[in-house]
Amino acid sequence: MSYSNNVKISMVINNENYDDLTVETRQHLGDFLRDLGFKGTHLGCEQGACGACNVLVDGESVRSCLMLAVQANGKNITTVEGLNSSEMEIVKDCFVKNNAMQCGFCSSGMLMTTYEIIKSKRKYSREEIREMISGNYCRCTGYQAIVDAVEDSLNKINVGT
Amino acid sequence: MDDLNQNPKLGSADRPNSYIGRNVPRERAKKLLEGKGKYVDDILLPRMVHLSYVRSPLAHAKIKSINIENAKKIPGVLNIFTIDDIEKVCSPWQGVLGHLGEMRSPSQYPLAKDVVRWQGEPVAVVVANKRAVAEDASELVEIDYEDLDAQLDMETAMDKSTKVIHDDLGNNLFWTRTVNQGDVSEAFKQAHIVEEVTLDFARHTGVTLETRAIVADWDSSEERMTIYHNGQAPHMMQSIIAKHLNISEGLVRIISCDVGGSFGIKVHVYPDEMVTVAVSKLLKRPVKFVADRLESYSTDIHSRCHKISGKIGVDDKGKILAFEIDDLSGIGPFSVYPRTSAIETNQVLNLSAASYVVPNYKAKGTVVFQNKTPMCQYRAVGHPIAVAITEALVDKAANSLGIDRYEFRKRNLIPDNSYPTKTPSGVPLEDLSHQACIEKLKDMMNIPELEKYKKESLAIGKYKGFSIINMVEVTNPSPAFYGVGGAPISSQDGASIRLEGSGAVHISTSITEQGQGTEAVMQQIAADQLGVKVDTVRVTHGDTDATPYGGGTWASRGVGIGGEAVLKASRILKENILNIAAVIMQSEVNNLDVQDDHVIRKDGGEGISLKDLAQIVYYRGHELPPGTNAELIATASFSIEGVPFVFTNSAMGCLVDVDIDTGLTKIEKFWAVEDCGTQINPKLVEEQIRGGVVQGIGGALYEECIYDEMGNLTNGNMADYLVPMAYEMPDIIVDHVTTNSGRSILGAKGAGEAGTGGAPGAIMNAINDALIPLNTEVTSQPITPEKILKALGKI
Ligand code: FES
Ligand code: FES
Repeated sequence: MSYSNNVKISMVINNENYDDLTVETRQHLGDFLRDLGFKGTHLGCEQGACGACNVLVDGESVRSCLMLAVQANGKNITTVEGLNSSEMEIVKDCFVKNNAMQCGFCSSGMLMTTYEIIKSKRKYSREEIREMISGNYCRCTGYQAIVDAVEDSLNKINVGT
Repeated sequence: MDDLNQNPKLGSADRPNSYIGRNVPRERAKKLLEGKGKYVDDILLPRMVHLSYVRSPLAHAKIKSINIENAKKIPGVLNIFTIDDIEKVCSPWQGVLGHLGEMRSPSQYPLAKDVVRWQGEPVAVVVANKRAVAEDASELVEIDYEDLDAQLDMETAMDKSTKVIHDDLGNNLFWTRTVNQGDVSEAFKQAHIVEEVTLDFARHTGVTLETRAIVADWDSSEERMTIYHNGQAPHMMQSIIAKHLNISEGLVRIISCDVGGSFGIKVHVYPDEMVTVAVSKLLKRPVKFVADRLESYSTDIHSRCHKISGKIGVDDKGKILAFEIDDLSGIGPFSVYPRTSAIETNQVLNLSAASYVVPNYKAKGTVVFQNKTPMCQYRAVGHPIAVAITEALVDKAANSLGIDRYEFRKRNLIPDNSYPTKTPSGVPLEDLSHQACIEKLKDMMNIPELEKYKKESLAIGKYKGFSIINMVEVTNPSPAFYGVGGAPISSQDGASIRLEGSGAVHISTSITEQGQGTEAVMQQIAADQLGVKVDTVRVTHGDTDATPYGGGTWASRGVGIGGEAVLKASRILKENILNIAAVIMQSEVNNLDVQDDHVIRKDGGEGISLKDLAQIVYYRGHELPPGTNAELIATASFSIEGVPFVFTNSAMGCLVDVDIDTGLTKIEKFWAVEDCGTQINPKLVEEQIRGGVVQGIGGALYEECIYDEMGNLTNGNMADYLVPMAYEMPDIIVDHVTTNSGRSILGAKGAGEAGTGGAPGAIMNAINDALIPLNTEVTSQPITPEKILKALGKI
């Protein structure tokens, strides 16, 4: 009995080419990336609700549990392991300073969302930041430290805008 | 050893390497942030196989037959096991303790035997080369069930006509306890006013973002079982696995790497985890089980599930005379092993009215079985129920007497100068500060401003309410919690500390980390006490082979108990270092100290680095006079003596807006004043309080495991089970009062659970304050929009 077919796909992950990878058609991108060793992508619900699995697909934050690996064929993927622009280094420092993570399981997803927030190059109120990170579940922090960290990052990166 | 007993200058700012009381950033934080954390699901071992459980779809049924033939045919499936196979290698267990009166809970088997008793109970396990394949095959395991009546409602559990879940027990009672201090009925007769209320608390659960996970690796060449487990108490697991899998305890090794949140969920024994270990032993290869989200909802322990009635009697001067409660709780079909499912109710009885002077106190708790997911200890065990009933009654009494709620509390809270004393239930209390905390809270909240805001809002048809509540939190438990009742749970923790050849300091601690910042705090204590830079110190934890024996992290005990062990070990090591340095430097010990990784002369002469000192000891011992006690490793341990727990106290308040058209509650502000004694890292303490408050808000407003009348869990997913998300959460303002615990040199108490314990009561009282002009109230948590609209008669 066969439940799934295998296909060959290629993609760029964190600026590296991955060609002719064999994947089961039913496998979601999150599992696929984890199987490749990108363990920073975490799975919290596999249902699109928690945001822990967020990765960037062609620069947009996407829930990797809701996308099949085959759908990522030919795309450019960034996982948390590849999130190391100078701006994201500032963001990470702000997260550390504010202790915006406890267990860290939500952090890679939070960073993807933060990436999108800072990409827009404008300032947001705390209320707006809260709204923008509301697709990411965190059980540990109560969110305030994360809001502080995002606010801090925006202040450091978009000075004067 | 004199030094050990000297009062330390903890955290004095003028001292170099003074790290106690400082917001030192967590070293591990950056790694976690970069996705470099190592969680159980990240572990890959050669020949590892994966499990999927076939779980009961029914709440209560007889298993008539299990047919695995079709499932076995799926390519990639290695084995399918039922209880007949598993019980050969794993014995059943019983969730009872000996010190709290009679508990009646039958043996629980690792897989269901003959009868299933909750939806989600594991019945069979499929072993395959991939999880997805195991899941495919699970669907083909055919189980024939014969339906039995499901006993779901705790309120009818003891009725004659109700189905008894365990025939041998004769009824559905697990445990009951009563407390009777003074003469409550006489006091109620004397009382000027008597107020009553009944509150309901739904079941909710922990929803750790990382689900439960375990990898068991039986190495037959050494007959050793190595287990990677995202738990909280490695030595407890070691003992339990050894016992039930019949392996010598020393040959079981538990490793807990990074853990993605725990909150008490991951400190219990779960059938599917025990079976994973059993399968590894049977197949002699590594086996991984990671719960999916549905499995988390239907098998992680649930919490709360209480109906509690309370009564308060007060004299005409506003002094509380008596307090009475009657609590009913439903725990699923088994008491959870090894901590039992009696502790939450026990805490409700111990902690109700515990902040107040109450001369007459009576309490009754009844715990019954149900065909629902087992219920057990989750963050702030019993506290939300005890605090909510107490504070609801206190508000009612104050309002009925027309006394300001703050003023009423000031009159009745235990005075700060009256310790040691006891709770109304008779549990010893010491070193608390209710009066100081509530005063501070009142100033932070600016009550006159809040009253004004309420009034002005009301004038434009907006309903705002605020609350102010008090509580105690159980932390740093002694053996009285579990050990005395026979559970293999250490109340003592240990630390070992050594100076290495490189001059680095290495600590190993039996306390574990689930994100609280254990590592950072232990580093800070050691660096502070030794006189080294904080990044000189490395920490090992979460490995039964590599750390001293101890209880682990639960009941807010990490810093207060494990931190004290680190402090004691550091002081011994420092004394050893100074004695060795005195020989090398030909100086009086009294003239030496350690600062910034160097032994210095207090009179200013030349010092020696710890690295040089260590290298003389390790590499060139011949340079030391014969007989020098060159011991650069020290161990110490600590446990609480003399009291059952070290209590902390807090005062909390919140301001809410209740939208009477939609029934939605918005928390506009939340304040907390906490007294946890010495804080090692205030930022980490505050984040514990904030995270705790938000979990409390979850329980108060959103979270509920909803069952239908057949016992089906209807919302076992993150879309239907509501959890607090950032947008709905307020900023939480935290401040402190500091009263050190006299039970340790460090003086630290716990801080991890107060927020979760206090927030539900604070929110309920604030909502009911907002509803006063509308002459109604809410009494059932979660306080959903629907319940508010019902209270308003709108639906
Ligand atoms: S795992 Fe993808 S959203 Fe939760
Ligand atoms: S830090 Fe644990 S879930 Fe966010």
